[in-house]
Amino acid sequence: MNLPTPTSPASTPRPAAVPAAANAAPPAICVRARSFNAWYGSHRALQDLSLDIPHERVTALIGPSGCGKSTFLRWINRMNDMVAGARAEGELTIDGESLLDAARDLVELRRRVGMVFQKPNPFPKSIYDNVAFGPRLHRHMTRAELDDLVEQSLRAAAIWNEVKDRLHQSALGLSGGQQQRLCIARAIAVGPEVLLMDEPCSALDPRSTASIEQLIRDLRSQFTIVIVTHNMQQAARVSDQTAFFYEGRLVECGPTDTIFTNPTSKQTEDYVTGRFG
Amino acid sequence: MSAVPSSQGQRVLEAARCGSPRPTTLRDARERVVRGLLLLAAVFSVLTTTTIVGTLAWETFHFIRLPEVTLSDFLLGTTWSPLLGAEKHFGIWPLVCGTLLVSAVGAAFALPVGLITAVYLSEYAPPRVRATLKPVLEVLAGVPTVVYGFFALMVITPALQSLCTWAFGRPVFPGYNATGAGLAVGVMILPIVTSLSEDALRAVPRGLREGAHALGGTRFDVSVRVVVPAALSGIMASFFLAITRAIGETMIVALAAGGLAQLTFNPASETQTMTAYMVQIFLGDAPAFGVENLSSYAVASVLFVITLALTMVGNLLLRMFREEYE
Amino acid sequence: MTGRPRTTAARVLQNRLFLAACLACTSLAVLALAVLLISVLVQGVPGLRWNFFSEYASRKPDRAGILAPLSGSVWVCTTCMLLSLPLGVATAVYLEEFARRTRLNRFIELNVRNLAGVPSIVYGIIGLTAFSRMFGLVGSADGTPLVLGDPESFLHLELPFGQSVLAGGLTLMLVILPIVIIASQEALRAVPRGLRQASEALGATRWQTTWQVTLPAAAPTILTGAILAMSRAIGEAAPLLVLGIPLFIASTPESLMDQFTVLPFQIYSWASRPQGAFHDLAASGIIVLLAVLLSFNALAIYLRIRLQRSTAS
Repeated sequence: MNLPTPTSPASTPRPAAVPAAANAAPPAICVRARSFNAWYGSHRALQDLSLDIPHERVTALIGPSGCGKSTFLRWINRMNDMVAGARAEGELTIDGESLLDAARDLVELRRRVGMVFQKPNPFPKSIYDNVAFGPRLHRHMTRAELDDLVEQSLRAAAIWNEVKDRLHQSALGLSGGQQQRLCIARAIAVGPEVLLMDEPCSALDPRSTASIEQLIRDLRSQFTIVIVTHNMQQAARVSDQTAFFYEGRLVECGPTDTIFTNPTSKQTEDYVTGRFG
Repeated sequence: MSAVPSSQGQRVLEAARCGSPRPTTLRDARERVVRGLLLLAAVFSVLTTTTIVGTLAWETFHFIRLPEVTLSDFLLGTTWSPLLGAEKHFGIWPLVCGTLLVSAVGAAFALPVGLITAVYLSEYAPPRVRATLKPVLEVLAGVPTVVYGFFALMVITPALQSLCTWAFGRPVFPGYNATGAGLAVGVMILPIVTSLSEDALRAVPRGLREGAHALGGTRFDVSVRVVVPAALSGIMASFFLAITRAIGETMIVALAAGGLAQLTFNPASETQTMTAYMVQIFLGDAPAFGVENLSSYAVASVLFVITLALTMVGNLLLRMFREEYE
Repeated sequence: MTGRPRTTAARVLQNRLFLAACLACTSLAVLALAVLLISVLVQGVPGLRWNFFSEYASRKPDRAGILAPLSGSVWVCTTCMLLSLPLGVATAVYLEEFARRTRLNRFIELNVRNLAGVPSIVYGIIGLTAFSRMFGLVGSADGTPLVLGDPESFLHLELPFGQSVLAGGLTLMLVILPIVIIASQEALRAVPRGLRQASEALGATRWQTTWQVTLPAAAPTILTGAILAMSRAIGEAAPLLVLGIPLFIASTPESLMDQFTVLPFQIYSWASRPQGAFHDLAASGIIVLLAVLLSFNALAIYLRIRLQRSTAS
């Protein structure tokens, strides 16, 4: 972990765009975990987790490596089903429906819960085919409808102007930051409710990181975003709510301002001020 | 839907609701059918093994039950004369001996040469040399064995004969002999030894080499005293798999080793291997159910058991090596 | 302190000597290939006349040609490839993409590895028993086959398969199937996990992921492996020899039920005769065989480069 020299976390600038989240009625709960436990083989990765993720807000999951934050993220769209030996118990719901049901239709779940990975992973296909991949799986669309969806998705991912003249060239020709925005466009093109992001900027340079962060702030009015990050400033800049994980347990969860300025737990304070991690 | 979308995100969600959803029942059915078909394909390979084991066991059983054959004679006998003479003998040892003799000559050539070539390619060779040598080895690996048989018959044996005439005054080697065939087998398995050993050597972590160099080792010390021992199980695996190929090799020995089954370890003698015997039987229009035909099934059983055992040891070593470094 | 220190000079000398041994061994491999090619070329090039390609086999060396074995090789290897490529890739896809780590699947995996070590002549014996004779279960006792369909048409079957192109293709399929499976497995394993995850995270099923993402990404490598497996099939003589394929045929195959012979078998037969003139014919046949194989290798390299470029640009 390299954290900057600890200054007061309060000095981290908060962007103006951040919300009037606190006023009015509390937002509806989208993903809800109660007494949630997860294992990889015999290793217990998450213990007794209880956490609410509200609709149309950005929730940041922070904590040192191996603390279980990515594990939790990967259970929300059941990506852990691809991992041999991974299992989970307890309650984990999306809009009140259980996520852990063995009979749960994973295709339908993943259409509702999109994911962006740490390393940009565009398919070795054209830019257009990358974005159209998901919609083609799930819906019959006319050519015009699909064209429109691809354009709107690329616009929403703030990459349209850079690629509109080369939609049918390979996505592998794009830069790392462009590839990651393309992956975001690909994920939102299926029209998900929730967007999971697993350290989406860790493989990117600072400029690309800034553009992805701007994108997250733009998308938060339509999508419920859960982002795992190692970068404290990033969590502070983009999220409305922050959850701090440590050694498989949720230590503290609350409005981002509170977590960074006035945490209740000593552990959280030590971590966000860079004293360990 | 609002008439004027308030944000770009909303425009995406609206565009994503166009068209009609694809039915999920068709998708799930297709998934199940495909999985079933793929499993069927995978089971075919098990079926192949079952057929091999079943057929060989069944026909060998019939062979053993023939009046002119006994199990102890087959497994312990030292005379193999199924075709000539009034009394036929079916003792497997001369054929096993011939097979081992030819394979030993091949291994004596290919294992050291192949390993040293692998060490050179992995530890010494500049990239340009590697880039020319790898295709040479690939071509050698791709040459059909019948061509190596022709090579043994036309080039290696005559060369051995002239060498001996020059040195000892007589050719020593007859036209068909174990050494000529064995050397050709050696050339054939050389690329197997080299490429598998080289893979093993290259899989050894860089840190180990750097550590040995830092202790002041020469390149020889590093490669022979550190890298080769570290890759030993992988190298042994390459030896086992190459020897398996040598034992099962057919066309080279059928052309160049001769047709005389005898219990000898003299590499200059004519010899018959298990595979060459089978060629002799199947080329000779043997009746489908005669004793000669059945004897070839029994020989095939012995060959199968030997090669299977060697392959299993080789694959076990390979897995041990991979678990160590991957 | 015990022992003498090794002098630097001795260690440098040791290193030099080993390098010399390396160079000697390496040049031995190159030398072997060079001698092989040169001797075959010297002996075989004069025999490469036009009628060598247009004549059938003959007892007179100067009138013998490779028309029948050449066309037989093309027929039987094409059949073999059409059978083994789908079967081999399907097995590899099952093992790499679908199979959970159950005992059955681990057994299948181990079984494939072990099948790769079975000598080709043993596959010949299995082909003879299972395809050529069908365990003696089909057809009448006097050897007359059971005919399904019109014997004149291309699409008819004779059971058992006897010494037909189909029997040969099936037997060679047994030989190269483990090679195709292992090569395809390695190709699939080389596809980055991230691509599969991305596809599944978008709601693709396992098969949709395999068909639309993984297989296209692995295709160039699978194809290269398939071409190398095919070169193996082209060069095999032993398993077909066991089937009892004939040596003298004065016709080329016209259907899967026709008899055939193959180039390596023809070469074997010429090389095993005592007369020198037939040895020259064998050398000419080898030149043709090696030319076919080398062009296959070149094709594999060309396809690999082209497909890599088309997926990358």
